[in-house]
Amino acid sequence: MLCGSSALAQPPAGVVAYVGNTGIPGPAPVLIQNAKIYTLGSQGTLANGELLIMSGKIARVDINSLPMPGAKIIDAKGKPVTPGLMVSNSELGAIEIDLVGETNDSGPGQDLSAFDADGTDSPTLKETIASAAFDVSDAINPNSTLIAVARIRGVTRSLTAPAIGSGVFSGHAAVIDLGLGPNLVEKTRVGMVANLEPAGGPGAPSRPLIWAQFREMMDDAREYQAQRAAYHRPGGARDQRSSRIDLDALADVVEGREPLLVYVNRVSTIRQVLAYCRANKIKLVILGGSEAWMAASDLAAAHVPVVIDTELNLPNTFSDIGATLKNAARLDAAGVLVAFQPQSNGLAHYARTITQIAGNAVANGMKWDHALAAITRNPAEIWGLADSYGTLEPGKDADVVIWDGDPLEVTSAPTAVFIKGQQMPMTSRQTALRERYRDAAQQNPSAGYH
Amino acid sequence: MDISKLPAWGAAVIVVATLALAWWLIPGLHQGGDKQVADQFPADPFPSTYKPRPSQPTLIRGATVLTGTDKELANADVLMQGGKIAGVGVHLDAPSGAVVIDGKGKFVTPGIIDIHSHLGVYPSPSNEATQDGNEATKPVTAEVRAENSVWPQDPGFTRALAGGVTTMEILPGSANLIGGRSAVLKNVWATTTQAMKFPGAPYDLKMACGENPKRVYGQKGGPQTQMGDIAGYRAAFAKAQAYRNTWRKYWKTKAGDPPDRDLGLETLALVLDKQIPVQMHCYRADQMATMIDVAKEFGFRIAAFHHASEAYKVADLLRRNDVCAVMWADWWGFKMEAYDGIPEDIAMVDHAGACATIHSDDPIGIQRLNQEVALAMAAGRRMGYRITRAHAVAWMTRNPAKALGILKQTGTLENGKMADVVVWDGDPFSVYSHAQKVFVDGALLYDRDNPELSPRSDFELGQESNGHTGGAGQ
Repeated sequence: MLCGSSALAQPPAGVVAYVGNTGIPGPAPVLIQNAKIYTLGSQGTLANGELLIMSGKIARVDINSLPMPGAKIIDAKGKPVTPGLMVSNSELGAIEIDLVGETNDSGPGQDLSAFDADGTDSPTLKETIASAAFDVSDAINPNSTLIAVARIRGVTRSLTAPAIGSGVFSGHAAVIDLGLGPNLVEKTRVGMVANLEPAGGPGAPSRPLIWAQFREMMDDAREYQAQRAAYHRPGGARDQRSSRIDLDALADVVEGREPLLVYVNRVSTIRQVLAYCRANKIKLVILGGSEAWMAASDLAAAHVPVVIDTELNLPNTFSDIGATLKNAARLDAAGVLVAFQPQSNGLAHYARTITQIAGNAVANGMKWDHALAAITRNPAEIWGLADSYGTLEPGKDADVVIWDGDPLEVTSAPTAVFIKGQQMPMTSRQTALRERYRDAAQQNPSAGYH
Repeated sequence: MDISKLPAWGAAVIVVATLALAWWLIPGLHQGGDKQVADQFPADPFPSTYKPRPSQPTLIRGATVLTGTDKELANADVLMQGGKIAGVGVHLDAPSGAVVIDGKGKFVTPGIIDIHSHLGVYPSPSNEATQDGNEATKPVTAEVRAENSVWPQDPGFTRALAGGVTTMEILPGSANLIGGRSAVLKNVWATTTQAMKFPGAPYDLKMACGENPKRVYGQKGGPQTQMGDIAGYRAAFAKAQAYRNTWRKYWKTKAGDPPDRDLGLETLALVLDKQIPVQMHCYRADQMATMIDVAKEFGFRIAAFHHASEAYKVADLLRRNDVCAVMWADWWGFKMEAYDGIPEDIAMVDHAGACATIHSDDPIGIQRLNQEVALAMAAGRRMGYRITRAHAVAWMTRNPAKALGILKQTGTLENGKMADVVVWDGDPFSVYSHAQKVFVDGALLYDRDNPELSPRSDFELGQESNGHTGGAGQ
């Protein structure tokens, strides 16, 4: 990170600067007591435990109460405490309003017509430059009002991925935190998004043509890497059709360092890309994956994670005929590492629906703790954050949420949210609107039943 | 009967009565030979052929019952007989031959009503051939009817049934200022739309404020602005007034040939006659206030504002004008006019005494409107309102029934109403609960525990792969 980490940032108003045993000034330690702690780590679940946050990290998780002079004490009153939640395949930070083009940096060619069930026509922005080179971390706006809206519902991390454009590749995804900034970007080039599902409609490329374009670009990238110096020498070999900036963007992908995040639903294409990536030693993550459960054992054997919206159960296209509410449970039972994305019709605005997404997975057969893992520990593993995030274990970043009830229940909400040890204000543009109009909605004789 | 034995006045009465009966029974006698049209606009050309499915008397015993009338009854019974609600209370007797369902640990609610759906007109699968929801060829298309676009084989109907939805209003999309008539359907598997059509439900007219018509027509001759939108509605209704006057004059005088029929103006004239209420897509508070004025100017009735993201800003205005607000629990921000949507919208409108209603506008959301109500209820409680689940259930049952004008037939569990009933396997406001049994007019049409009662549309037949079975509960 270029800018100061939150551990060194100024404490929020009202928090007394603390100079602890280490002598390093920072926010006062926070001791959460009397909590039901879901660590998702080796300590399992503590029915009545306490958790100490110090210098931005989790310092201790214990069933015993140990005195911590100078610490701010929070009595959780037996309520659940979980790691901060992570949405995978979101557009958080890259978008403010879908249909206000200049606030929509979500992808190289946002299809603005797809937003509304009404299906009204809208212009489609076409890619004007190469799209593999699109890097969503260039778009992240820490002042986006969507960040706080998601944060006060317990979301502390996002795998922000480029929206699918009209080409095969859409660019690099990034991991962001949902803290107070100024820099939210935690990790760049976390994955390269590619779309292998046909868009449909007249003139749109067919499945085999998309596959050929995909292979050509991957081949070009490999060749280019092998002779990159020659390419840039005057008169050097330039046989590739793809542009230089795209080929550079794919370097880490073809060399097996950066995963390919492939949006694909039809199981035959899932199997096809699985075989390709195995043969070419490419790391693969499946996005979408409505028919992934049909290839569950193969995906598990190849250690390929799948990111899904658990509520999708309609044959939205002919690629989703096998869509089912049991997708998550079946993938999980087969040993596939599963992570969840927010409701598909609003990947950024509806980031807060991630608990509902997980709850519905449970309602349809997934174990409760596995569903919680799919929005904490699993994404930490998939996106390479397991050293610093995803469980409540000493040494990890203190992304911690205290809930007023079962975190996966639709009636529950956080009462406190910490990101990297910093306690977040429980306000957003939406709470400000609510308070402004609270009096306008003063109670009147009810429209109750007569 | 021998009339000779009756007094003279009695015989006279009988003779007159007989003549009167003949007058009414023999066609032509009472209609007047030269009268070709009734003194009103023509009746529905696509009449409902809906028939309640065969049902058995059914007693749900010992459940928690949310009646939709602000009551929660513990350990209570619900009796369905002859397709109607025949009893709600404690210790009801089971009629002989009745199916008895053990309601222990279960909840019973009225069937859910989604007042804003595009199932059938934007069905699954979604492709060029199936996009039948917007006649986006000109900004005013009052002549079209959603029922003529509905594809009854949309698998979405079956999924909605598994979510406890028993009645839906299918609306044209919002590309147009005036999009056309709605169709109110019962959620029964059928091969024709007429066979789904809710008997006696009034038509509604779909109209749309704001960005969508501007976006669609801004470069195609307009409207290009909000003021263009408003001028467009007013021009259309001004024409309809003239059209209605022309016909009234004809009906009065019968002079000359009848005027030419104009299907769009006919619909708008019925709106002016308050026979067809308006379901009005408006996000912003100021748009709603302006449309209330337009409705007053022309004397039509707006039943509800749909997608009313800012209803909480004008809740009192809505209450005073008896207009419902149809809202989402947490959709917001996808376009400029939805930027101020907040999760407390429904609770605040309700708190102010106005009619608050959930809706889906979405084939996924329609499957869990109970969860959406739970989200809205919880948001209201967190801001300090006391909202019981007995009250909140009305947001998905009674209030949409009111806004659709079908509250006399459905929407609450009261004797004599259609037995549109959902048995939940737990608190309907928990994410973990499911609609376990769904009754439409007393007939069990979905049973989570019985694959035979997990309907599948024609489209899904033979699409199974790898042993996948599909069906409503999929």
